[in-house]
Amino acid sequence: MSGNSKTGLRPPCLRTGLVLALAALCTIVASPPATAQDIKAAVLRVDYPSLLPLSRLDLPGENRGFAGARLATDDNRTTGQFMGQTYDTKEVTATADKALEAFRTLMDEGERLVVVIAESADLLAMADAAPADALLFNAASGDTTLRSARCRANVLHVAPSDAMRTDAVAQFLVWKRWNNWFLIEGSNPADQALAASYQASARKFGARITEERIFMDTGGSRVSDSGHVLVQRQIPVFTQDAAPHDVVVAADASDVFAEYLPYQLWDAAPVAGSAGLRPLTWSPTHESWGATQIQRRFEDLAGRSMTDIDYQTWLALRVIGEAVTRTSSADPAALRAYILSPDFNLAAFKGVPVTFRPWNGQLRQPILLSNGRMTISVSPQEGFLHEVSPLDTLGLDRPETECTAFEGEN
Amino acid sequence: MLRALLLSTVALSAPAYANNVFVTNEKGNTVSVLDSETWEVIAEFDAGNRPRGITIAPDGSELYVCASDDDLVRVFDPVTFKELHVLPSGPDPELFVIHPSGNPLYVANEDDNLVTVVDTKTHQVLAEIPVGVEPEGMAISPDASVVINTSETTNMAHFIDTETFEIVHNVLVDQRPRYAEFTADGQKLYVSAEIGGTVSVIDHAAETPAISKKITFDVPGVLNEWLQPVGIKITKDGSRVFVALGPANRVAVIDGETDEVIEYLLVGQRVWQLAFTPDEKFLITTNGNSNDVSIIDVESLKVIKSVQVGQQPWGVVVAPDS
Repeated sequence: MSGNSKTGLRPPCLRTGLVLALAALCTIVASPPATAQDIKAAVLRVDYPSLLPLSRLDLPGENRGFAGARLATDDNRTTGQFMGQTYDTKEVTATADKALEAFRTLMDEGERLVVVIAESADLLAMADAAPADALLFNAASGDTTLRSARCRANVLHVAPSDAMRTDAVAQFLVWKRWNNWFLIEGSNPADQALAASYQASARKFGARITEERIFMDTGGSRVSDSGHVLVQRQIPVFTQDAAPHDVVVAADASDVFAEYLPYQLWDAAPVAGSAGLRPLTWSPTHESWGATQIQRRFEDLAGRSMTDIDYQTWLALRVIGEAVTRTSSADPAALRAYILSPDFNLAAFKGVPVTFRPWNGQLRQPILLSNGRMTISVSPQEGFLHEVSPLDTLGLDRPETECTAFEGEN
Repeated sequence: MLRALLLSTVALSAPAYANNVFVTNEKGNTVSVLDSETWEVIAEFDAGNRPRGITIAPDGSELYVCASDDDLVRVFDPVTFKELHVLPSGPDPELFVIHPSGNPLYVANEDDNLVTVVDTKTHQVLAEIPVGVEPEGMAISPDASVVINTSETTNMAHFIDTETFEIVHNVLVDQRPRYAEFTADGQKLYVSAEIGGTVSVIDHAAETPAISKKITFDVPGVLNEWLQPVGIKITKDGSRVFVALGPANRVAVIDGETDEVIEYLLVGQRVWQLAFTPDEKFLITTNGNSNDVSIIDVESLKVIKSVQVGQQPWGVVVAPDS
């Protein structure tokens, strides 16, 4: 992982902006504390008004994200009992208009480690309102600009960027030699951003978009009593006369149409992206690399399956727990320095250690490609090489990012 | 039944220096039996659902198999391959270690963060010891004073007193510790960390056990991420340590004196667990993704043979000399 030769040359305690924190870390490592440490963290979830999902299987659980937090806190506590460390995690929900207020309340209560489940604008507002000693963990937003021009030094991204997810799909399609794509995108800004990410991934890995169409979001209810009758007539018409293609790629961040595509297309083609073969950090069917163990632990605790958001929240709190275990510190700056260092690595049921990109605070992780019933494949795909880590073939690599807030890191 | 009868005949007529080698097939739900003289598969018998960890009583009288999806340990007659009885294990047993006297059995329960101690004679649970998250690897010191458990998400080796069943030490190791093995003199403990990619050498002679060295691996042409140490076996004289490197398809050979890697041996795919023949002439490796076992000549450090077994071989144990 330490492919950058600069790492070895720079004295570790001279990083700009972190001198004090690191001085503290050095002291702590030299002499582990004799007294018990209490590690406080919070999970702040912003609930936005939303329509019902297209599939009943995607109905959001009341404790969406929080169940993952409870499991992580249990895991951290079990380890903590051997280390003289206790863990406490506060769970807070807020509506979109009260998001910043809820964040400020947490700060007033002395919370400094906060896992945020929110859209990018709200996350940015919190990051900019945070006191200097707070550290935020993005467990939800895939907005790639948060890892580039709009990055913040006090935000670490456990959720993968949209670019990581679209690269994961692109690698698999290229590995299959399905190089000609029919891109169908939604009409909302989030859908357009996702479509742009698929276009960038196609360019990056040498696929061609032979046809591109926009599926207009005209509003209306998601479900009607005999909806499939209309869908069966609409979708073939919408997709007819497309240029030759191997696969349909759906960019539907708003969950308006993608689930209607499989089996309803004019041409016989597989679907990937927002439906069909989907790029996920977690799936209830994932079983490899010991994953069955955490699935069972989660199901016992929550009485339901583990979702992407639960996993990302679990992972954010496990990142904190692992950094606390290794540094014997609860200081956010010391934890951040360790998390971004080459020494940090964490097992996360993905077969390889997950680590952080020191240039933009993004967690590296493999992406599952799932059809909802099975894990079809896991990206990065074999044969996509990188000088530092195969995981860096997914998402923004060091030369591509416009993030400067992390300069001075490894 | 016919197969079993046939087999017992073979076993009886086999030369004294041949030992039965038992391999659990995780996906095939069977145990394959090999003859250590001919290296031929001489039998395959049903072993419950998802058989993984396997061990044998020191006197060779009983064969123990973790039937992970049945949530119990199945006990077989090592000669007739008949199931004798089952032992309670707690949910999802994966690995265990048997006391040098043959009793009790210490079982890691991944789902409940417990080590379960089971009496092999009365079939009763003697104790349940809370440990870290996802207990996995198990070892017992040669003097039987300490049992080691490794916890995969807590990333520790827990030292459990066999008299009091209390944890007396914890040593933090690297990510996802899978397997622990003592040297025969009990001075050193080796712990593999699958995702961390290291083997920690713990000084067990010191007053407080501590890591004295971390062994790392490097195979030209193999991605670092694939160097995932799992099973460990050490020669009785402590001179050679063998470490299965999982998806790297290699077994690392380590000098037990310097704890430096001296060689990598190419074996089958996803090499998982290891076992010596009692004379330590041969080391058997289970290769989960190529459905075979590799036989290593320990003296010459050459892979001399690979033998097809059942689906996804996982664990291996060799019967002691009778």
